[in-house]
Amino acid sequence: MIPELGHFALILALTLAIVQATVPLAGSFTGNRSWMAISRPLAYGQFTFVVIAFICLLQAFLTSDFSVAYVAENSNTLLPTVYKVSALWGAHEGSLLLWATLLGAWGAAVATFSHNLPQQVVSRVLAVMGMIGIGFLLFMLLTSNPFGRIFPAPPQGRDLNPLLQDPGLAVHPPMLYMGYVGFSVAFAFAIAALMGGKLDAAWARWSRPWTTVAWCFLTIGIALGSWWSYYELGWGGWWFWDPVENASFMPWLVGTALIHSLAVTEKRAAFKSWTVLLALFAFSLSLLGTFLVRSGVLTSVHAFATDPARGTFILAFLCVVIGGSLALYAWRAPQVSTGGGFDLLSRESFLLANNLLLTLFAALVLLGTLAPLIYEAMDWGKISVGFPWFNTMFLGLMPFLALLMGVGQLSRWKHDDTQRLTRELRIAFILSCILAVVAALPMFSDDHWYVPLGIGLAGWLVFSHLTGLRDHLKNKKGPAAWLADLRGGGRSYYAMLLAHLGVAVFIIGITMVSNFGIEEDIRMSPGATKTVAGYRFQFDGVTSTTGPNYQAQQGRVLVFRGDKQIAVLKPQKRKYVASRQVMTEAAINAGLRRDLYVSLGEAVGDHGDWAVRIYYKPYVRWIWLGGLLMALGGVLALTDRRYRTRAAGKPAKLPPALAAARS
Amino acid sequence: MPKSMRFLTPLAIFGVLVVLLFYGLHQDPHRVPSPLIGKPAPKFALPALDDPKVMISNADLKGRVSLVNVWATWCVSCRAEHEELMRLAKVDGVRILGLNYKDDRDDAKRWLQIYGNPYVANAFDADGRVGIDWGVYGTPETFLVDREGIIRYKQIGPIDQQVWEKTLRPLIDKLKEKT
Repeated sequence: MIPELGHFALILALTLAIVQATVPLAGSFTGNRSWMAISRPLAYGQFTFVVIAFICLLQAFLTSDFSVAYVAENSNTLLPTVYKVSALWGAHEGSLLLWATLLGAWGAAVATFSHNLPQQVVSRVLAVMGMIGIGFLLFMLLTSNPFGRIFPAPPQGRDLNPLLQDPGLAVHPPMLYMGYVGFSVAFAFAIAALMGGKLDAAWARWSRPWTTVAWCFLTIGIALGSWWSYYELGWGGWWFWDPVENASFMPWLVGTALIHSLAVTEKRAAFKSWTVLLALFAFSLSLLGTFLVRSGVLTSVHAFATDPARGTFILAFLCVVIGGSLALYAWRAPQVSTGGGFDLLSRESFLLANNLLLTLFAALVLLGTLAPLIYEAMDWGKISVGFPWFNTMFLGLMPFLALLMGVGQLSRWKHDDTQRLTRELRIAFILSCILAVVAALPMFSDDHWYVPLGIGLAGWLVFSHLTGLRDHLKNKKGPAAWLADLRGGGRSYYAMLLAHLGVAVFIIGITMVSNFGIEEDIRMSPGATKTVAGYRFQFDGVTSTTGPNYQAQQGRVLVFRGDKQIAVLKPQKRKYVASRQVMTEAAINAGLRRDLYVSLGEAVGDHGDWAVRIYYKPYVRWIWLGGLLMALGGVLALTDRRYRTRAAGKPAKLPPALAAARS
Repeated sequence: MPKSMRFLTPLAIFGVLVVLLFYGLHQDPHRVPSPLIGKPAPKFALPALDDPKVMISNADLKGRVSLVNVWATWCVSCRAEHEELMRLAKVDGVRILGLNYKDDRDDAKRWLQIYGNPYVANAFDADGRVGIDWGVYGTPETFLVDREGIIRYKQIGPIDQQVWEKTLRPLIDKLKEKT
């Protein structure tokens, strides 16, 4: 009965979404206030019914109701409760329901926090979100109903994919989806603005906090996913340029460009049509990512169920949403005024250059992801664009991005001069060059120019931003003034500082782990030792153990530094009872400066020998720490006073160029 | 380009993308028809991995149904597949001939020492020339070759339990029946 209620709630949510997408929109064009006014209650209603559906499915999982096909395929009575919950979004149907629920939540949030916006804008934004809601709800009801029953009900479920039975992956999809779906708000704002033909600073100001929230979630989601593949796949890699990963990385790149571009549009009223385009792209790429992952067009290590009927539906949906929005763009954008002019040497130029680099990178990632498809379509044969290609692109663009970041944050809006910038940045440049040269010294480097490059760039980011900070603090003497600045108007500046520092930390992480990481695959007999990077690993053999829903072979590896024992690592090889799948569970001794990573390979021979992988991963945590800092920067920016006390519906005043340069 | 045309560019690019995706939707990425299926395996003669003096050639394929598995130590999916190959060789007694593809001889030998050796023999294809003759796009790929040395099936991507149970095992059983 309860699953049927869930199904019914989905249908009700769909009908509400249809009304939400049409009536307020019609009202906004005819000026009918009461038609416009229903958009908020409808958004709340849609959210309520999707949540009811969500709870119904959750109930089926928690009570192990295997008469529901989706539950039978993805759960098991032995599954720990936490994973019964996360199993809800462990496969296709449930992850769509999660998507729809989050979309409903974002819609309700927009309805709640938009009371200072003109009614016309709110009704259009919510109408666009209603349209997206229709797409997802229809998709679910027509092709992927999570509430479908099977009769007779199997006595036991097939169990959740063991790869997903992990705390990191339990929270990874909700985070990622919060990001994807969050971009729908920026998208809806952009569409509303295009409809009204009013692309002004106010529009940018309204979009900014929503975009930043979505971007923060996406950043954390991607970092979590990377962390998960690091410890769960057992290869110690943290990024594979897999289509599923690329699907989340492309919206992130464009989203990053978007939050910067929005800043320019808000402060200087420039780049308007470009900013709109980025807002459309960010969400389009989120949808495209869904298509790539769900349709089975591309193969991936993150295998999900695939089905051509679903692929066709998503493609049609993509055509309507992306095609429609780009057509609207082609129609309305030419009428947008160009806004504030700026010189070649100005903060606008640097931001634009970085924007273009980020977008170019996203385009290259898209090209690389689709390359196998292009090759096949052109009958050139089958290829897989792997690691080296993406890495080359990354290494080719990243340095320029970092260099521009250093100059851009210090430059002035509208106009700056070369002499001032050179004078300001001279010391930072010299210091980072020294750092690069030191990193190139033979005792620190293994003959590769990557190390000095990475360290030099990280140094450049830190030093140039410190220079900027010194400028920023020039007139704020003493801790009291500084605190007032942090509480008041300067907060977004510190947010930027934190996020950019995150980039420096991230660069250090990838430089160190890529160049100084050691990977040893060796055969070890019980009692054997192996020294890696100054750490002595002693293998104590493998014993059997059991978990709630698996049996495991558990190795015991003692780690010594000198004579002191610093860790006992217990890597496992698990065999899950229901699915009979074998999983490698790595054991990691984590630290800020290095991870020691041990995972079990195969039993070799009959004397208890095992193939053991011992990895030394210097500074690998910095990669995710960098991501975390970027997200924290975003959170700090959200608490900026501007968003707490913004004037009701008034277009933003353009601050004088000089004051803006300091904010 | 006139200004109004400029704003149409994103839409045009998206149009191309849709055509491509629509095409992709009707292709099964797992199933690539190999022109070699039903034809004799391409001629090859390569040094063995463990002993360069021993040559491995089509003669090693005659007489028994075999799998020819293309693998390399630099290939992550091969590592995922290895466990299943070990099981096939040990439990099901499948005859697997390895084609070690564009690899380093010492690395490959070390790999087999660590992870176990499911192969009856390994041909060492350092420059990948034989791989080209066989139409290898990437690793891992596995060819099913019958007693007469004719290719019967090609598996692209790793062999897992599902591929084995649903595809390879039935095919092998059928080939073995035909005496």
